[in-house]
Formats: sequence, structure tokens, C-alpha cells
Amino acid sequence: MAKILADKRIETKHGRSRPVAKRHMPWGTWALTLNAIFVYTFLYVPIIVLVLFSFNAAKVGAQWQGFTLQWYNELFADARLGDALWTSLKIAGLSTLIATTIGTLAALALEKRGWRGRKAFDTGLYLPVIIPDVVMAVSLLGFFTLAFRQFQALLGLNLAMGLWTVIISHVAFNISFVTVVVGTSLANFDRRLEEAAADLGATPWQTFWKIKFPLIGPGVLGGALLSFTLSLDDFVVTFFTRGPGVNTLTTEVYGRIKKSISPEINAISSLMLLGSTILVLTSLWMQRRRQA
Amino acid sequence: MYNARTEQRRAWLQASPALIWLGFFFLAPLVLILIYSFQGRADDGTVLWNWSLANYQKLFADGSFWRTLWLSTWIALVVTAITLVVSYPLAFFMATRSPKRRGLLVLAVMIPFWTNFLVRIYAWKVLLGNNGVVNRFLDQFDLGPLQMINNPSAVIMALIYGELPYMILPLYAALERFDWVQLEAARDLGAGRFQTFWRVLFPQTLPGITAGSILVFVPTVGTFAVSDILGGTSVNMVGNSLSLQFGSASNWAYGSAISMIFMLLLLGAILLYFKATREVNDGENPG
Repeated sequence: MAKILADKRIETKHGRSRPVAKRHMPWGTWALTLNAIFVYTFLYVPIIVLVLFSFNAAKVGAQWQGFTLQWYNELFADARLGDALWTSLKIAGLSTLIATTIGTLAALALEKRGWRGRKAFDTGLYLPVIIPDVVMAVSLLGFFTLAFRQFQALLGLNLAMGLWTVIISHVAFNISFVTVVVGTSLANFDRRLEEAAADLGATPWQTFWKIKFPLIGPGVLGGALLSFTLSLDDFVVTFFTRGPGVNTLTTEVYGRIKKSISPEINAISSLMLLGSTILVLTSLWMQRRRQA
Repeated sequence: MYNARTEQRRAWLQASPALIWLGFFFLAPLVLILIYSFQGRADDGTVLWNWSLANYQKLFADGSFWRTLWLSTWIALVVTAITLVVSYPLAFFMATRSPKRRGLLVLAVMIPFWTNFLVRIYAWKVLLGNNGVVNRFLDQFDLGPLQMINNPSAVIMALIYGELPYMILPLYAALERFDWVQLEAARDLGAGRFQTFWRVLFPQTLPGITAGSILVFVPTVGTFAVSDILGGTSVNMVGNSLSLQFGSASNWAYGSAISMIFMLLLLGAILLYFKATREVNDGENPG
């Protein structure tokens, strides 16, 4: 990303790299800087406090009583949490795999112009993004319940909600996000490369895997990463579409958070924060390496 | 090789998995709750098949539903407005830094953005809760305890906190594409500061404003978890009444009617908003 930004700077005709704002409105620069300091403080103070107190020896209350790793030790011994984390990863991994495949195919279809129904398909794909997740969640609950009852009555099949209904539902809300992300990287793809490959005798299959996929790969990876995060992050859809006994990290933590604040939850939260930070840094590092 | 006919067929083939999946697990459920919204409730809490408009009649007469809807809309508008007002200058600040610093500033927004939303809500409970950091701090001066959660302000605060990155990032993307020479050109041609902003910068960043506002407004108006955790019983938003009807109240038909009205109003509002922003843009850039 940094490279693209750098190129844009060079294009600026006057070659001035310092902000234009500085020259035009000196008072504005002060206000802008203050606003930035304010926003970043606002973004980080709550998380920093959270992390600090996960090392606090006090069991109740928020008085500082010394450094401890006790809460982390208790956490690692908590089998319920381990199971919940594993369930979350299974759901996120599988739903990302399916949603990325389906979403990428959909983006490839949208890239082709002038087929009938393209516009309706394009518009329809945005619907899952703008429908609130709570509406999606309750409608899926209604759907699965009715469908299972019909299966039972007509076919004698005994189906029940479980892990798989959660995965199906997560795929449903992730497809659109993957398509949007892959679509933006397809928009930058030079179609003449495809034509050149075809002229040189490559089969469509070869052209796709050898030319196109490596070039849109970062977009596909980005879509997958977004899908994985959205799935891990989801509470509402999981809550309504899970079967009995299915507990993800979010449903497990939700129950505990609602009750009270405690040092153990501070510790879980800090670990989740660490996980997402590593995820962001890794994806950034991969982006850098590709550009280097 | 790439004739139009095979292109067409291939496009359909590639679109079909998405069409089938979303047809079954997105569209069909929505059609089902549309149908449910015209049914009744059996004594055991299941859906009673009996077509009528009763749910909608009940809904329109239900004052508590309209209060819930109003509270949700009001909270979502406040959250969207505040995040917009704070994020626009921030995105401007970010976009006018040196490339290296921009990378860091974006990264600093991304980390809270990728953090699980429960962690972000919980952080506010740790700060503001009855047994939280602020109250313990006040204790030392024999002040408090202050009741800072279980009210709309706590919900608004946490929502702003959670949604800020969704506003900052699209605005930054729009400002980052902006060609700053245009500002100088406008100034050289005699435009004032306000005019330069309003006629040059603003119209070109409008797509970012539209995207950011929708990305913030929709999850906020439909929120369920934030109001549940930080609002307690005193902040009832649409998401909470929906989950109540589909949960402990077991009135799926009535819940479906709530979903329908809510969705229609929301889609209508988004369409109107799109239309309005497009008109503003056309008005500013005739031809």
C-alpha cells in the first residue's frame, strides 16, 4: 500500500510532499492535529486499560494491587473456553473456505459484461450487506425450524440445528463481502493479459490458474481474511442458528460479559486483542513482501 | 475463443453457486418471515397458520414498538453524525501526512477495527461500569459511585467507539485519491476557504461520506448486543425487541412483522439517502 501512496505523491505536479493544508490554513493544522490526537486517544485508552487490568492481582474492583499472571493461567486451564475457541475456528475456517470460493466465482461472473441478469445480480449481492444481522439471524432461525419440520413430516428425516447450520448461515452473510473485495482487485486486472495468453494457445483453465489467479490472488486472500474475521466476530447470527451445546468464543464470552466484569474476562479480551493485532500485522507484512 | 455465447454461459455458471446459496439461505428465509408476519401465535408458542393482518394492526397501535424504533433511529443518527464530524478531519489529517506516516496512522485505525466487537463493548463496561475503573477512581476522593451504564449515553459511546473505523476508512480512501493540486487551483482562482471545501473537496469525497454513513448507520440501528450489554433493561432498541419475540416471548409471527416494517423503513431510508447525495453531487457538478 505504501508504494501506491508514494507514487501518488510523485504525480503531484508541484512536487511538494508536505501537506497543502499547512500552507493554506495554519490554524486549521492545529485543529486537525488536536482532533487526531483526540481520536487516537479515544480509540486506544479503553483497550489499554483493559490490558493493564488483566494483569491486576485484585480479584474484585479496579484498584491496582500488583502484577499477576494468575488470570491467564486460569484461562488456559478453562476447558470450556478452549472448546469454544476450537468451535469458533472450525466455523470460521469452513465458512471462509466455502464463501471465498462462491464469492470469487460470483466476482468473476460480474466482471463479464452484458449478460442478462447481471445488474439484478449485482444489486442483489449488496442486500446481505445492508440488511441488519439481527433480521438475518431470526429469519434463518425461522427458515431452519420450518424446513426441518417439513423434512420430518414428508421424508421422516430427523435434522436439527447444530454446528452446520451456523456454518451455512455464516457463508450466507460472507459471500457478498468476498465478492466486493475480489471485485475491486478484478477491476485492476488487465484483460489483455488473458487475451494474450489465449492467443498464445493457453486453455481457459491454464489462463486462469497461471495468469489471472496469481494476479488477483491478493484480492482473494483479502476477501478470505475479511470473511474469517467477520465470522469470528459474529454473535447474533451464531446465537440464533446454533444447535444446543454449540458454543463459540463469542457466545461463551457474551454470557460472561453480560453478568459482570472480572479479571478473567479482561484476560480473554486481551488475548483476543493480541490475536487480531497479529492478524493485521501479518496481512500487512505479506502485502509489503509481495510489493518488494 | 471468447465469443459472446460462451461468455454468457460461463458468467451464469460462475454466478450460480452464489445464486443458489443466497436463494436458499438469504432470500427464502426473508420470504418466509414475510409469510410468517401474516400468521398468528399458537398457545404453545409456535406459528399458527391463519392468514390475517392482525400483527400489522397490533404493530401500528403498539406504542412501545414505535418508541423502540424512534430510540434506535435517534441513537443511530447521533452515532453517525458524531463519527462523521470527527472522522472527516481525521481522514483529512491522515491523507495529508507523508506516505510513511500514513501507513502507520492507517494501521493504528485497523487494529481496533479488526478487534472482536465484544472486546470493544466490554472495554467500556470496564471503564464505566458500577464497579469499573472510573468509579473506583472516584472512590478515592469519596465521590460517586456514578451510574454511568444502563443508559442511552453509554450505548452511544460504545457504538461510536465500535463504529469509528467504519467511518474513518472509507473517508480516508476517498481523500487519499483526491488530487490536492485542485485545492491550490481553486484558491488561485479566487475561491475562499469555505468555497474551496464546499465546491471542490466535498463533492469529490461524497462517495466516501455516503459509504461511511451507511456502514455506520445500518449496524447501529440494528444493534442488539451493545444495547443488551451496556443499556440493560432501560435501553430497548429494535434488535432487542426482535430477539425478545424470537426468544423468550415466542411470538415469531409478531417478530416477523417487526422485521418487515423495520427492513422496509431501513431500505427506504437508504434509497432516499443515495438519491439525495447523488442530487447534491449533480447540483454541484452540472454537466
